[in-house]
Amino acid sequence: MSTSTATTTLPIAKAITAGLRDAMTADDKVLLMGEDIGPLGGVFRVTDGLHAEFGSQRVVDTPLAEAGIVGTAVGLAVRGYRPVVEIQFDGFVFPAFNQITTQVAKMHNRTSGRVNMPLVIRIPHGGGIGAVEHHSESPETYFAHTAGLRILAPATSHDAYWMTRQAIESEDPVIMLEPKRRYWVKGDVDMDHRPELSPWQAAVVRPGTDATVLAWGPSMPLVLESAEAAAAEGIDLEVIDARSLAPVDYPTIADSVRRTGRLLIVHEASVLGGLGGEIAARISEQCFYHLEAPVLRVGGYHLPYPPARMEHAFLPDLDRVLDGVDRLLEH
Amino acid sequence: MSIFRSTIPDVATEEPMVQLLGPDGTRTPHEQLDAVLEEADLATPERLRGYYRDMVMIRAADLEATSLQRQGQLGLWASALGQEAAQIGAGHASREQDYLVPTYREHGVAWARGIEPWRLLEMFRGVSHGGWDPNELRTHPYMIVLGSQAPHAVGYAMGLQRDGVVGTGDAETDTAVLALFGDGASSEGEVSESFTFAASFQAPVVFYTQNNQWAISVPTSVQSRVPLAQRSRGWGIPSVRVDGNDVLAVLGAVRSALDSARAGKGPVFVESLTYRMAAHTTSDDASRYRPAAEEQEWAERDPILRLRRHLEQLGEIDEAFVARCDEEAHDLAMQLHHHIHGMEDPDPVHMFDHPYAEPHPIVDAEREEYLAYVAQFEDEEEGGR
Ligand SMILES: Cc1ncc(C[n+]2csc(CCOP(=O)(O)OP(=O)(O)O)c2C)c(N)n1
Repeated sequence: MSTSTATTTLPIAKAITAGLRDAMTADDKVLLMGEDIGPLGGVFRVTDGLHAEFGSQRVVDTPLAEAGIVGTAVGLAVRGYRPVVEIQFDGFVFPAFNQITTQVAKMHNRTSGRVNMPLVIRIPHGGGIGAVEHHSESPETYFAHTAGLRILAPATSHDAYWMTRQAIESEDPVIMLEPKRRYWVKGDVDMDHRPELSPWQAAVVRPGTDATVLAWGPSMPLVLESAEAAAAEGIDLEVIDARSLAPVDYPTIADSVRRTGRLLIVHEASVLGGLGGEIAARISEQCFYHLEAPVLRVGGYHLPYPPARMEHAFLPDLDRVLDGVDRLLEH
Repeated sequence: MSIFRSTIPDVATEEPMVQLLGPDGTRTPHEQLDAVLEEADLATPERLRGYYRDMVMIRAADLEATSLQRQGQLGLWASALGQEAAQIGAGHASREQDYLVPTYREHGVAWARGIEPWRLLEMFRGVSHGGWDPNELRTHPYMIVLGSQAPHAVGYAMGLQRDGVVGTGDAETDTAVLALFGDGASSEGEVSESFTFAASFQAPVVFYTQNNQWAISVPTSVQSRVPLAQRSRGWGIPSVRVDGNDVLAVLGAVRSALDSARAGKGPVFVESLTYRMAAHTTSDDASRYRPAAEEQEWAERDPILRLRRHLEQLGEIDEAFVARCDEEAHDLAMQLHHHIHGMEDPDPVHMFDHPYAEPHPIVDAEREEYLAYVAQFEDEEEGGR
């Protein structure tokens, strides 16, 4: 049963559900694995209804062991399945880190291209939900640093639906970083027409001339809001949604920076060693003669993610983004 | 014959459960455990009343925490309702010098270790990641990444071996570690690795699982095809299953296991059969995955009621005592209520306080940057913006 109709309005979480359902309907090799994803529908209800619809051979409530979940998904993939694994929260992916970095990422290369790893690891990520420790992490850099992995970070319902489908269709392993604090933000989804934009491309979501602001996933509403606030002060920002974090779409970003001459990167992860640093270095190399200011970053501090009542000071917010924009324009 | 068994029966589902108090409070004599309880005077009427009071207190604190969460004062609460005997019993089984390694739902254990409930609530409110001094209270911080604390427990026990405080025969000296984890967490690789290390090095550690039947929505049957107690036997770690709603069985079995570990006889595993009476946390809706009839069935095995019935049978409890406990519990709940409502949010600059033990230039620089950034707004405010 397909849920597709021309254009529907769905929260991000439900767009992912629809993407999973349609992928499972299209290909019976697709199966879901994870903790509490069966009758409960996952702690975020992303797999809600799928167990009833597809049964426990295809929607598997696993034992509570992340290394086991990802490790057995590798075996299933070798056997021709397309497992979609749910990690309950970002902070709980680390028991599976060995499997992800030494096995999932390297199997294709190890077998000289004979074995593909078409598996998807879905991770609700990011902070701002007032949670206890380990529920607000931004682990993208660990994975972006590991060759063999692809990373998608949808920020809208439409992307959430299509990236789910495209991640499952990919012959490479894909980590889907789902913006958990935006799960219930609604947006339009057109499930009938495949997007022209590849999932591996960035999108200019707001054209502008004075500076480029790059972000992804949960930070997108923030940077768009910042651009509106800046516009009120006469500053015209171009906003780019990176969408894919591995690979990063450098041509789109560089093209924008050559026009604006300035780049600000916003992410929740620590600035130190964050993905923004790699992007800043590449853009500095590629756009050196167009840059009118150093590439700046706004992000988390070099600290463990703080307790909930302090997280507002750790996370980038409107003022910190605008402060970054001011510093960028001072040059 | 010891309650700690090393062999797996042919029919693996046949695992006896040690019980000293029946659901109606009737006491069954037990050679090994009665001796252990008597030796340390752990089952005198006065002690029994003490456990009763402890359980009533911690339940009241737990219920208050749930309502504080509903009032927006806590981000989350993980209730331990129904597990009071499994926790108060295990907590009191330890000696002061023992080191306890809990997960995040160990409120009764914490109470027995003298940790004030508001320190637990601090974490769930989101003002700290861990509210007490582990060395002072000999209790590890609450741990959230499932299973990750089990190897810490074994390592601490290996330290005890090197310190020569195991098997000396002196009750005040000999020390052991109590490692706690849930039935769900028992599937994590780190728990298996902990069994391996503990067995290989014969570390003085007791593994203690409260099998409360559910890991969020997943029943224990998904974690293990055999009674959990039997798991460790393949590692050569003797084990027992006890009735976790029976405070005396828990107390006796865990005390006996700790005694054995302290004496240098290596690790022991105790599975404590109980029930998570509330939802997984305040964010969970248990009606989505378990029948109300099951909850009802377990309500009849309520651990507090059971001990009270036993005390009544002994003629060692009266209305006045029960009323006094209820009153004290009410006072505790009120104290918690006011304490939490009055708790100020910490200045976020404190997030820079402890990432490292030694000075770190990047952290120092970011702290200055943060302070300068915040000061900018204060100046603006003073400037009358
Ligand atoms: C490594 C890891 N994976 C997933 C989680 C999310 N999670 C928190 S509690 C829980 C269930 C734990 O069940 P159990 O160990 O039986 O303890 P209980 O909650 O029943 O006390 C899950 C899946 C986690 N905290 N850590």
